[in-house]
Amino acid sequence: MIAETGLAALWLAAALALLQAFAGLGSWKSASPALASLTRPVAVAQGLLCLIAFGCLLWMFAVTDLSVLLVASNSHVDKPMIFKIAGAWGNHEGSMLLWVTILTLAGAAIALFERRLDAQTLGATLFAQSLLALGFFAFLLFSSNPFERLSPAPPSGAGLNPLLQDIGLALHPPTLYIGYVGLSVAFSFAVAALLTGKVGPAFARAMRPWVLLAWISLTLGITAGSYWAYYELGWGGWWFWDPVENASLMPWLAATALLHSVAVLANRDALRAWTIMLALVAFAMSMAGTFLVRSGILTSVHAFAVDPERGAFILTLLLLYVGSALTLFALRIGSVKEGKQFSILSREGGIVVNNIFLSVILAIVLMGTMAPLVAESMGDKISVGPPYFNKATVPIGLLLMLALMVGPLLRWRSDDKARLKRLFAPAIAAVVAVIFLALTSPQAGFWPIVALMLSAGLGVASFLPLFGRNLLRTPLPIWGMVIAHFGLAVSVAGMAAESGWTTEKLYALRPGETVSVASWSVKLEDVAPVVGDNWVAIEGRLSAKRGGFVAQLKPQTRQFSNPEQQTSEAALLTRWDGQLYAVVAPISETDLSRWQVRLWWKPFVTLIWFGGGLIALGGLIALLGRIKLPARKQNENPWVPA
Amino acid sequence: MKPKHQRLVLAVVALLALIGAGLLAASALREEASYFYTPATLAKAEVEPGKAIRLGGMVQNGSIKRDADGVTVRFIVQDRDATQQVVYRGITPDLFVEGSGVVADGRLDKNGLFVADGLLAKHDENYVPRELKDIDMTTAEHSQDTLAK
Amino acid sequence: MGPGMKRNWLIWIPLAAFAFIGGLFLYGLMQPKDDYVRSGLIGKPLPSFELPAAVEGIPGLSSADFADGKPRMLNVFASWCLPCKAEAPFLEQIKERGVEIHAIAIRDKPEDVAAFLAEHGNPFVRIGADADMLVQLKLGSSGVPETYLIDGKGNIIHQHIGDIRGEHVAPLVEKLKAAK
Repeated sequence: MIAETGLAALWLAAALALLQAFAGLGSWKSASPALASLTRPVAVAQGLLCLIAFGCLLWMFAVTDLSVLLVASNSHVDKPMIFKIAGAWGNHEGSMLLWVTILTLAGAAIALFERRLDAQTLGATLFAQSLLALGFFAFLLFSSNPFERLSPAPPSGAGLNPLLQDIGLALHPPTLYIGYVGLSVAFSFAVAALLTGKVGPAFARAMRPWVLLAWISLTLGITAGSYWAYYELGWGGWWFWDPVENASLMPWLAATALLHSVAVLANRDALRAWTIMLALVAFAMSMAGTFLVRSGILTSVHAFAVDPERGAFILTLLLLYVGSALTLFALRIGSVKEGKQFSILSREGGIVVNNIFLSVILAIVLMGTMAPLVAESMGDKISVGPPYFNKATVPIGLLLMLALMVGPLLRWRSDDKARLKRLFAPAIAAVVAVIFLALTSPQAGFWPIVALMLSAGLGVASFLPLFGRNLLRTPLPIWGMVIAHFGLAVSVAGMAAESGWTTEKLYALRPGETVSVASWSVKLEDVAPVVGDNWVAIEGRLSAKRGGFVAQLKPQTRQFSNPEQQTSEAALLTRWDGQLYAVVAPISETDLSRWQVRLWWKPFVTLIWFGGGLIALGGLIALLGRIKLPARKQNENPWVPA
Repeated sequence: MKPKHQRLVLAVVALLALIGAGLLAASALREEASYFYTPATLAKAEVEPGKAIRLGGMVQNGSIKRDADGVTVRFIVQDRDATQQVVYRGITPDLFVEGSGVVADGRLDKNGLFVADGLLAKHDENYVPRELKDIDMTTAEHSQDTLAK
Repeated sequence: MGPGMKRNWLIWIPLAAFAFIGGLFLYGLMQPKDDYVRSGLIGKPLPSFELPAAVEGIPGLSSADFADGKPRMLNVFASWCLPCKAEAPFLEQIKERGVEIHAIAIRDKPEDVAAFLAEHGNPFVRIGADADMLVQLKLGSSGVPETYLIDGKGNIIHQHIGDIRGEHVAPLVEKLKAAK
């Protein structure tokens, strides 16, 4: 009954999307107030209906209704409730329903709250949005129906994979989808702007919160995903340049560029064509990313839902949407007048340089991800991994940091070189850092030292925009910028520390033996079997000592029975200056006297994710600063001191 | 700068930057992309020692041997026509057993021994029925290939 | 060629780049999933082997059970293999069409095989236990499930990799009946 209700709600929502397409189209073309007043309630109803459908999905999973095929394949009566519910979106059909729900809710929000745009542009935006929704509705209703029944209902369900019962993994899809949907909203705005020809600050201000929201979400999703991989996979690495990871990084790079571009358009009415193009590219990247992870065309340690049929559908949508948008761009951008001029040494110029670097990195990652496919078409089998990606992206990333030190200090439109004198302080910090590091630990390598030098410089430089301001009256978006840029410096510092100063040791130890790693002395006290709900494991008990401090680490190697697999549960000991990371594994089934113990001391590695959190926090502060509270006297243009 | 066509200038700059990106990518790929070989194709190709490559095949029965240090493992990868000696230092993935498929990342040393930096053991349960696809989606997501470095 | 015209062709570059990438994606989709390792023994006689019974009450399997003039199927499976569960009903259908199926159970325990057969039915006449996968390797098989068609003389004439689905039943049965 509930499943049928959900399905009916979905069909109804799809029908409304069709209606919205016509109403939006009409509202744009004819500027009829009647149609405009129709579009709003239709959009809201659509969002509500999808919410109902998603609610039905959650209900089905919460009660483990095994007569529904999706629940039977992906859930189990014995799963803990929290994972039963998270399992609702932890599969292909459920996650597509989540996507469409977020998409239609976003459409409803635009319809309800967006007052800055004229009726025509709003109509065009909702028209574009409804076309996007229609594609996904079609996908859901015709090929990925979450509400399909299974008869006879099985007794218990098949989805008890313990590796997926992880809270981090449960939250991962929603954060990424908010990101992707936010970018699709930006896409709709951009398409609408191309259709109406109205590309200006009003359009940018309407689009900006959505881009910010999407970008914050993607930042969190990527940061969390990286930390999850770090502690869960047990290899000590935090980024593997795996196609699935790249699929989330590429939209983020585009979204970062878009964020800066839309800020320029909102404040200075410049970079009109850029902003539109970036909005199209960002959305294209999120669709392409979705395609890559679901189609199976690239092998990855975490590729899932390998189904060429689904891949074909997503590819069709991607080609259709982005192809028509790019065609529209080519045809219409000529009629959009150029924005205001600026000189190269200006804030706008700095942002252009920033965007160019980001686009270059994006292109490099895209090419690296696609290279195996290209090679295959020529008959070669290659794999492209960290050596390529690091070699190509790190230098550009560091150049970007250099540009970041200068850009925010420049005045809008035109500035003179004298301004650059302000960089005295960060330059000192950088030089001190590099001399110190080069003298104390030259073995760390050229790139880590250079990266730390730039982190030091950027860390100082990111606060410079606050100099000379009344801190209590500095608008929130400026604080947001400062914190986000500082967060980047922190994160890069963590990456550099980890890559240049990590110590790793691998031993075969007998219980009672002690080894050392960096300044730690680690003793393997004992290895004992332990039993869990659906696993058995051997657990190493290590005691780690440094100076007067002692702590226990208990890494495990777990054996699951249903389905049969083995995982390594690393043990982490976090201190203020880094993490001790330990993994224990049996040597072989026959040699039980010794154990393989792998230890890493990773100085300041936690800065990587702490920095990522700061970046997202900066974005959040900026977003809050944009919400107009009626009570406060809002400074319209935060870049002009009050 | 007051050109009439600032947009055009920016577009050209962007294009040049992307061409630059392409050149950078191509050069990095040439140096760092690793080609895939089976023992038979590796024997025929003249791969210079030290170049990063991938080796795939089946682990020969009876060939897995652990050194006295407990962490180094030696084994032989075979396909129908040839064999290749491999050495690896580290924790081997589960499902790395004799008779099963394996893919190793590493390089040849001067003596023709393949030194592996990472091992990928191929899961037996490769094949997924359409109805149960979402189940194997979950197992495949994390266990189809287990990678150890 | 004025600036207007120059701008004109630049504007189509993004679309062209996108079309190229889209084409690559399309190409990637059309490639067959390439994980399969084909047995090198197709056309050759079944290698000789002798396996004990995998489960109580059902006889074990040896190569001698094949070369007696009657074409048969050889199914390589395991109780822990999910796709094997999915193909069980189709093996039943094949059995009902008069085909005799022998099986090899890989790395399995008697109680697990018994439970599997109890739950999914038993289409097999004989089941051999291949605890260390040696026979599987001899056959050139690299995973489960796989099914081989053996003709009456004991030669392997066909290898079906992966689970058998509805659409495979008729062609496999036909192929076997055409063999001698």
